[in-house]
Amino acid sequence: MTTVDMRYTGSALDRVEGLEKVTGRARYAFENFPADLVYAVPVQAAIARGEIRAVDVDAVLEHPGVIAAIWYGNAPRLVPSDNADLAVFQSRRVAYRGQYIAVVVAETYEEAKEAARLLRVEYAAEDHDVRLRADHPNMYRPEKVNPNYPTDTEHGDPDTALTVAPVLVDATYSTPAEHNNPMEPHATVAEWDGDALTLYDSTQGASGVRDTVAPLFGVPPANVRVISPHVGGGFGSKGGPSPYVIIAALAARHVGRPVKLAVTRQQMFAVTGYRTPTIQRVRLGANADGRLTAIVHDAFEQSSTITEFAEQTTTPTRIMYAAPHRRTTHRLVRLDVPTPSWMRAPGECPGMFALESAMDELAIACQIDPVELRIRNEPDADPESGLPFSSRNLVACLREGARRFGWADRDPAPGVRRRDRLLIGTGVAASTYPVYRRPSQATAQAHRDGRFTVRIAAADIGTGARTVLTQIAADTLRTSPDQVLVEIGDSALPAASLAGGSMGTASWGTAVVRACEALVEGLDRRDGDLPAAGMESSADTTEEIGAQRRLSRHAFGAQFAEVGVDTDTGETRVLRLLGVFAAGRIINPKTARSQFIGGMTMGLSMALFEESIMDLEFGDYLNRDLAQYHVAACADVRDIEALWVEEDDPHLNPMGTKGIGEIGIVGTAAAVANAVHHATGVRIRDLPIRLDKLMR
Amino acid sequence: MDVQLSVNQDQHPITVDTRETLLDTLREQLDLTGAKKGCDHGQCGACTVLVDGRRVKSCLALTVTMDDREITTVEGLADGDTPHPLQAGFIEHDAFQCGYCTPGQLCSSVGMLAEFAAGWPSVVTPDVSAAPHLDEGEIRERMSGNLCRCGAYVNIVAAIGQAGR
Ligand code: FES
Ligand code: FES
Repeated sequence: MTTVDMRYTGSALDRVEGLEKVTGRARYAFENFPADLVYAVPVQAAIARGEIRAVDVDAVLEHPGVIAAIWYGNAPRLVPSDNADLAVFQSRRVAYRGQYIAVVVAETYEEAKEAARLLRVEYAAEDHDVRLRADHPNMYRPEKVNPNYPTDTEHGDPDTALTVAPVLVDATYSTPAEHNNPMEPHATVAEWDGDALTLYDSTQGASGVRDTVAPLFGVPPANVRVISPHVGGGFGSKGGPSPYVIIAALAARHVGRPVKLAVTRQQMFAVTGYRTPTIQRVRLGANADGRLTAIVHDAFEQSSTITEFAEQTTTPTRIMYAAPHRRTTHRLVRLDVPTPSWMRAPGECPGMFALESAMDELAIACQIDPVELRIRNEPDADPESGLPFSSRNLVACLREGARRFGWADRDPAPGVRRRDRLLIGTGVAASTYPVYRRPSQATAQAHRDGRFTVRIAAADIGTGARTVLTQIAADTLRTSPDQVLVEIGDSALPAASLAGGSMGTASWGTAVVRACEALVEGLDRRDGDLPAAGMESSADTTEEIGAQRRLSRHAFGAQFAEVGVDTDTGETRVLRLLGVFAAGRIINPKTARSQFIGGMTMGLSMALFEESIMDLEFGDYLNRDLAQYHVAACADVRDIEALWVEEDDPHLNPMGTKGIGEIGIVGTAAAVANAVHHATGVRIRDLPIRLDKLMR
Repeated sequence: MDVQLSVNQDQHPITVDTRETLLDTLREQLDLTGAKKGCDHGQCGACTVLVDGRRVKSCLALTVTMDDREITTVEGLADGDTPHPLQAGFIEHDAFQCGYCTPGQLCSSVGMLAEFAAGWPSVVTPDVSAAPHLDEGEIRERMSGNLCRCGAYVNIVAAIGQAGR
């Protein structure tokens, strides 16, 4: 099935929009200026649960420049949908503190901001419940987990197997709420022309935003155009329209002028999604030789009262290791909290922290090297579905990583390596991410001057999508990348799946290849003789993807970390991080390395810093900016490298690729925590690895 | 209030709100959208520009204080059509992904290299009385006011290291 020849695919092409980005010419959503525009600043709820009694609109209308203040009491009605988060200003109810409940529109940003600050809102507050705990009485079993996995799975008799297992690991791990925090805050510029709406939006999927927004305003999708050529990161938080998009469109319609709206960094902690906190119990039963007999992984998570988002935390456990007896479960509780959503590798990322920490504990219990323990439990086929793996090279990643990292002769004894004030340790963890592919459409056009234009509503949120699609198109068209212009980031282009689930290249690339193949065939038939208007071919991959053979398709990797823990302060520093991945063919080694390293950097950040703290008294996240929510800075990231093993998998797509956007963050935190244990003898089961947890 | 703003050697006589930040003036009034707003609170560095050659977070500077100062933004770094060596280096080393932190990283590194050339020590400089040596540790320390959520730090450090030599 791999059909694309490697000529330009596989080469380290510089990003095609690189010059635009380094000269400041690349325009992001908020940087569009339709004539006659006005500014909107939304207002957030100051209670965690209750009702809005009244909003003093008239008072703010007195302020200079203010054009409108909109809330439930005077907002136009939207067409009801099943997405309660998007039903902005359609109810008096407040579902969580920080929810958008009103918006002020003014001539300038300063005027709108001032008036929004002064807007008086009267509430009837009710008691709130915002604390996640595994024994919460309202824990329930959701129908399915994101995006469409079974909630629970069970094979064999795990309970009995655990009881009789010679070696047992039974531990509870927890991960905090984390916020995506892309550097570009979410923003939209909305402009109506009659019944037609244009949105300059910061989104991971222009087609999806169009399809979601249009029905809310009772207009056909063709009336909505979403433009987003450059997106300043998303990491899942820009996967679908968040409430701010609807507010911008609603306000623009209400005032009859184009509206600019940017979510502030502080607001992002309530209204643009986050990674749910998790509590996970992992039980591993094994023989003395480390061979697993039972794996049980139970996860407890939260969602808001208005939207069910059930993260697939234990799904990686379903495919990682062989064991005859196994169970995975997910339980959810609906609290008065903001709605969680996707954050880079939702499910796999927190789930693998727990599983891979538990594997390290098992290695110690069995006195087996942790690399060897994982190799010993390698399954022949998908351990739950029984399906063959399309390819699986975890063992190769572990071996290559161990060799490069200098793992051989590692003394397993914890807490014995000192360098000045530091205790030094090393750790390993596996990583994995599923291979998804979604239907998309594309067109390819040949021009008389020998150049080509390829069109698809894909998104480049920093992944390098525009660049790799250029390479893929060039090879399929038998030309060079400088002859190909790839147009993306506009819902007016052929519809495409979103930039999420690490499926961009696979989904869009398939459509691009098929459109380009059809064009080449057409050109060959005409012997290269082009009509004046050029020639265009299109493709829709719905059928091809629907017909794909059932196989277990996953990427794998191994992460190795070396840490130093300061014996005086308890501070942990990651001294070295190495990731080795098996992710099919790599289209562009330069941008791929950046993707892997970017994921690992975020994983390091997760291990040591990231934590959104719930304020139980007021019911929202307490640390709401980048001074209080710490993400890794330059000085935190020292020696970090990503490599990959050759992987030729014919069962994927015409390019032979697996996704690489998310796997880099999976397993990193476990590798660091395992290294911290090796350094200090202290097992941190509750992220992040703060110094107070290490000082005893 | 009326001010005379000099940006990338262009003169802009403009009227601004006294509450207006330099960042908002550049972006909303002058269409110089290279400077980015990542936090508006001086916590991310995306808005970094050079004021009289020194790096400044433009979200923390009020425009009314900028009369008579020479401001350089990312749009002013290149020499005509020839990119600044750091701009070229960022492309070569793939020192960005989404590109949103990039204008700030670039202005910050230009300012940082000037500080370095002037012999300013940093907290990681081993001997503050001697001229500092531009190693990776120095670059990392001095660039830590510019966050990159895409995690391009190692490539940023490599690009700056090459340009700084
Ligand atoms: S926008 Fe100025 S520091 Fe973040
Ligand atoms: S390149 Fe995206 S934040 Fe730095």
